[in-house]
Amino acid sequence: MVSKKVTVTNPEGLHMRPAGVFTKSVAVFDSDVTIKFNGKTYNGKSIMNVLAACIKCGSEIEIECSGSDEEAALAKAIELVQEAK
Amino acid sequence: MYKGIAGSDGVGIGEVVIIKEPELKYERASALTVEKELERFNKAIEELVEKTNAMSEEVRKSAGEAEAEILLGHVMIMSDPALSDEVRSLISDGLTAEAAAEQVLDMFAAIYEGTGDELTMQRATDIRDVKTRLIKALLGAEDVDISALKKGSVIVVHDLTPSMTAGIVKENIEGIITETGGKTSHSAILARALEIPAVLSIDNITELLKNGQSVIVDGIGGEVIPDPDDKCISEYRAKREEHIKHKRELLKLIGCETHTADGIHAELVCNIGKPADCKDVLERDGEGVGLFRTEFLYMDTDRLPTEDQQFEAYRAAAAAMDGKPVIIRTLDVGGDKEIPYLGLEKEDNPFLGYRAVRYCLKNPELYRAQLRALIRASAFGNIKIMAPLVTCVDEIRAVKALVKELMAELESEGIDFDRNIEVGVMIETPAAAVIADLLAAEADFFSIGTNDLTGYTMAVDRGNHKVAYLYSVYNPAVLRSIKRVIECGVDAGIMVGMCGEAASDPLLIPLLISFGLNEYSVSPTSVLATRAEILKWSKSEADKVAEEALSCTTESEVKDVLSKYKK
Repeated sequence: MVSKKVTVTNPEGLHMRPAGVFTKSVAVFDSDVTIKFNGKTYNGKSIMNVLAACIKCGSEIEIECSGSDEEAALAKAIELVQEAK
Repeated sequence: MYKGIAGSDGVGIGEVVIIKEPELKYERASALTVEKELERFNKAIEELVEKTNAMSEEVRKSAGEAEAEILLGHVMIMSDPALSDEVRSLISDGLTAEAAAEQVLDMFAAIYEGTGDELTMQRATDIRDVKTRLIKALLGAEDVDISALKKGSVIVVHDLTPSMTAGIVKENIEGIITETGGKTSHSAILARALEIPAVLSIDNITELLKNGQSVIVDGIGGEVIPDPDDKCISEYRAKREEHIKHKRELLKLIGCETHTADGIHAELVCNIGKPADCKDVLERDGEGVGLFRTEFLYMDTDRLPTEDQQFEAYRAAAAAMDGKPVIIRTLDVGGDKEIPYLGLEKEDNPFLGYRAVRYCLKNPELYRAQLRALIRASAFGNIKIMAPLVTCVDEIRAVKALVKELMAELESEGIDFDRNIEVGVMIETPAAAVIADLLAAEADFFSIGTNDLTGYTMAVDRGNHKVAYLYSVYNPAVLRSIKRVIECGVDAGIMVGMCGEAASDPLLIPLLISFGLNEYSVSPTSVLATRAEILKWSKSEADKVAEEALSCTTESEVKDVLSKYKK
């Protein structure tokens, strides 16, 4: 299992459009992708979970990936919250 | 007559068609094996995804890209692994697919509604729309076929869902009336994209109207008139013709230069709240941005935005406008705009208190980050910096000194920026108006914020209905202030703009032309109408109106004079 704390820098936070891009892009990995935010854990491959987390620009989240391709999944996930438009 | 919210403008005259979702009845406990029940669920999802993808294509053609994306969002909800996981577990407990789907989607909708975040709360509508369709698919119930409605129909429905709009044949639908929704709800956005008049949020309207009843939908005034008589119908037909004609005339003005009838050029720019709004500005032919409010960067988050985050937003706006001017107002916190994490104390008089440039100058860390981001972004377009709520020369001097210092800092770091970046003042207090001559010697431009200027000049809170009658830009006190500010700016050779609601007020435009206003900053939807107004007046005609208006002694006299001359 690998994890990293990151600050969301996408100005829109993780609302509908960026959340959709995020969940779609991590869904291709075998690893489980979870987002920890405000003391709760959310399934990073579920658009409904990610939206429910209400993650805004500037929020600090922890992304955790576990599975055969966890390193690649984590790298992609971090790229998405920091650059996703 | 029923009064609602004007959701999409235009006038529709037609026959009521009440759309009611059938009540969906199903058993909670499954009589099937878990495998069979799961198979039913998977099959329903598969069908629904396929259908929704097709609907999205239809909507892309009829309403546009943004509306099609709403339906693609529904596809994502349907294919969400969390949905299938939760549903599977409930089915394993012996529930039917219908009961499981309802329970899971209701739970998510409730979570969204409980977040208190407006954007997330709106998504609950999408989840409920998916829920209804999924249960219908499971029960084999037919979707209401809106595409079969005959010409001249007025849709009356509890809520216009995105999936319903997919079936709308624009030419056949005269109007839409709903029981829920506001100006920014899906229903309103979809109705506007389809250019169908809509009145929203009339309680119980699906019970009040009857199928086949004749009805007028006035999407301009937000009114629904049942059983209109012949006189009423002909009145509204005229109103509809006028509206259509007016809209067509305005569209002809796309690409035209903005000038007075005798050729004096004016800049016609827009007020925006986030970089994405630049798209609207360009679509409506705005010639730049006259006011970019930066509060969204601070309010839609739970901590201070970093310099880089701000830079990204400002750069995006500058790049989108591609060399056209973009005036960015620095943080206007305080007054009615609260930013919880800044921990500002409650004040007895927040509008007279610690706010805007006063706050920023006392918090140099915060202000430096914003100004550095602005200066850095100036390398990517035509950015100008505007300080809000300036009341004395010291404030604009302090802002300019800080900008100069930060430019030197960036220079030494080897970062590129526009060395001639302009720093201007937003004129919104009586103090600024009175010393406009002194400020004009310091500022690179003025922009008059008429909303606050009116409130402060008349010393009135427009939200207080006992005194709101005083809140009017037509008061001689306010008009004299505006005139003085424009004249001081013109004398000093700096640009003077206006970014309040008054800039698009057809009654005021002759006065603004006469006073010599250089720049009108309006909402994107008002660009073409404002251009049309400016084109009507020559300077000499406008001067005549101004002379008469300024000789009036009361607000109502001013208004009468302006109305008398309105073209």
